[in-house]
Amino acid sequence: MTYWEFLSENGGRFFDGTLTTAAQFFLSAIFAILFALIAGLMKLSDNVFVRSPAVVYIEIFRGTSLLVQLYWIFFVLPLFGITLEKFTAGFIAVSMNLGAYGAELVRGGIQSVPKGQWEAAYSLSMSPAKRMWRIILPQALVNMLPPWGNLLIELLKATALVSLISVADLMFEAKQINGSTFLSAQAFGTALIIYYIFARLIVTPFMRWMERVMARKMGRV
Amino acid sequence: MEDYSNYPLQLDATDRPMVRFQNVTKRYGALTVLDNLNLDVAEGEMISIIGPSGSGKTTVLRMLMLERIQGGVIYVDGTPLTHEAKGGKLVEASERYLRKAREPIGMCFQHFNLFPHFTALQNCMEGPVQVLGLSKKEARERSEELLEMVGMIDKKDQHPSRLSGGQQQRVAIARALAMRPKVMLLDEVTSALDPEVIGEVTEVIKKLVKEHNLTIMMVTHQMGFAADISDRVCFFYGGRIEEQGPPKELFGNPQKERTQQFLSAVKSAD
Ligand SMILES: Nc1ncnc2c1ncn2[C@@H]1O[C@H](COP(=O)(O)OP(=O)(O)O)[C@@H](O)[C@H]1O
Ligand SMILES: [Mg+2]
Repeated sequence: MTYWEFLSENGGRFFDGTLTTAAQFFLSAIFAILFALIAGLMKLSDNVFVRSPAVVYIEIFRGTSLLVQLYWIFFVLPLFGITLEKFTAGFIAVSMNLGAYGAELVRGGIQSVPKGQWEAAYSLSMSPAKRMWRIILPQALVNMLPPWGNLLIELLKATALVSLISVADLMFEAKQINGSTFLSAQAFGTALIIYYIFARLIVTPFMRWMERVMARKMGRV
Repeated sequence: MEDYSNYPLQLDATDRPMVRFQNVTKRYGALTVLDNLNLDVAEGEMISIIGPSGSGKTTVLRMLMLERIQGGVIYVDGTPLTHEAKGGKLVEASERYLRKAREPIGMCFQHFNLFPHFTALQNCMEGPVQVLGLSKKEARERSEELLEMVGMIDKKDQHPSRLSGGQQQRVAIARALAMRPKVMLLDEVTSALDPEVIGEVTEVIKKLVKEHNLTIMMVTHQMGFAADISDRVCFFYGGRIEEQGPPKELFGNPQKERTQQFLSAVKSAD
């Protein structure tokens, strides 16, 4: 069987898997950004009751393996009465894990904004929330974008683990195809190429575009 | 704990400077920077604060806008700024009270601190729209008027990164004025500038003094400029006012030895 025959026979399944991976990626990315923002802001709080939960979250999710976290969320949480569908458990686990890394980026990005910016915003009597949203975060975002680009690539790769709880993503389909055709090189090779294209032709260019947009906002073009 | 019962909840109309520091003490950890400072600034008065580096000049301004104090009370326009009245007594002000009480104060910084992601015009509109609740249209009109005054209307759509230091500082002055402050704090606003553009900023400050009924407190190293436009000059030394008076007297006939030393040191450096 040529590679083209292999593809035309299994292309539909690769396509379905890719769609699921894309969905896992986008949902994980959105929630990871959300978790990162919340935990990153909480970690900067002066109040220990606000700060501590963020510290604990970041420590646990960075200090243990994503696979174990995924199994916990899918297999163990039901024992405590929280049952998630495998699709949901998948992107929740991935986003909580990468969100913990992102929280450190958010914290670092905010801390890299010069103190004078806080003082200028304060001297206009801006409320704490407006100071953060309108003055500090946009500037923090500029500093954060390059490392976030890397993190989103990591996130894409991490979504492959959701196949282990039988979410029918690209990796899951590749394994199934391998199981039925025994053409490992073709099955996993195709998956590899699709992941690579996804990362380099969609995620990376998107982040570069974001960086250009932000540079323009800063008048740096 | 300091007993605040000796401090009035409101200054009497007959004795009501725009700014009053009453027995104000400021510490950073164990370091006492200002000890028991007493200073009144009248409405419409322009005072210059001079003195050697580290003498507490910046701290005087920062206490009004950015820092908490460890003793005494600061009043602005007759009302306590650092403290609020609770049950007929003064207690340390809450964050929210402080922010509100500081609304009539504007500040300009040595390093301008313009918002880099906004244009000059957006920098000026930010406070009026977000804090004062003006409509975009009103805020734009007000901001354009001020940018016109500081000679920056042609560059209103430029980001700070496209502006020279002198231009940025003029925008920063317009930004502060857009909040319609009663008191303006200027902390070495020309110190970070190239010599050839200092003039464009001092011109704007002169205009301010002439055309607006602002109370201005200016920290500066430019003695000639201070002599030109101040009603009063305060010489700080080691966290206290060593000597103060009208510029003619302080510069022309300083009484204290430290003032004389400082002034001659500054003169020989020029
Ligand atoms: N945030 C701070 N923490 C500790 N010490 C400070 C801080 N800010 C100022 N100081 C100290 O307070 C003193 C007065 O500083 P400052 O008001 O900036 O002086 P000036 O503006 O006259 O040069 C200096 O000894 C300085 O080191
Ligand atoms: Mg200073």
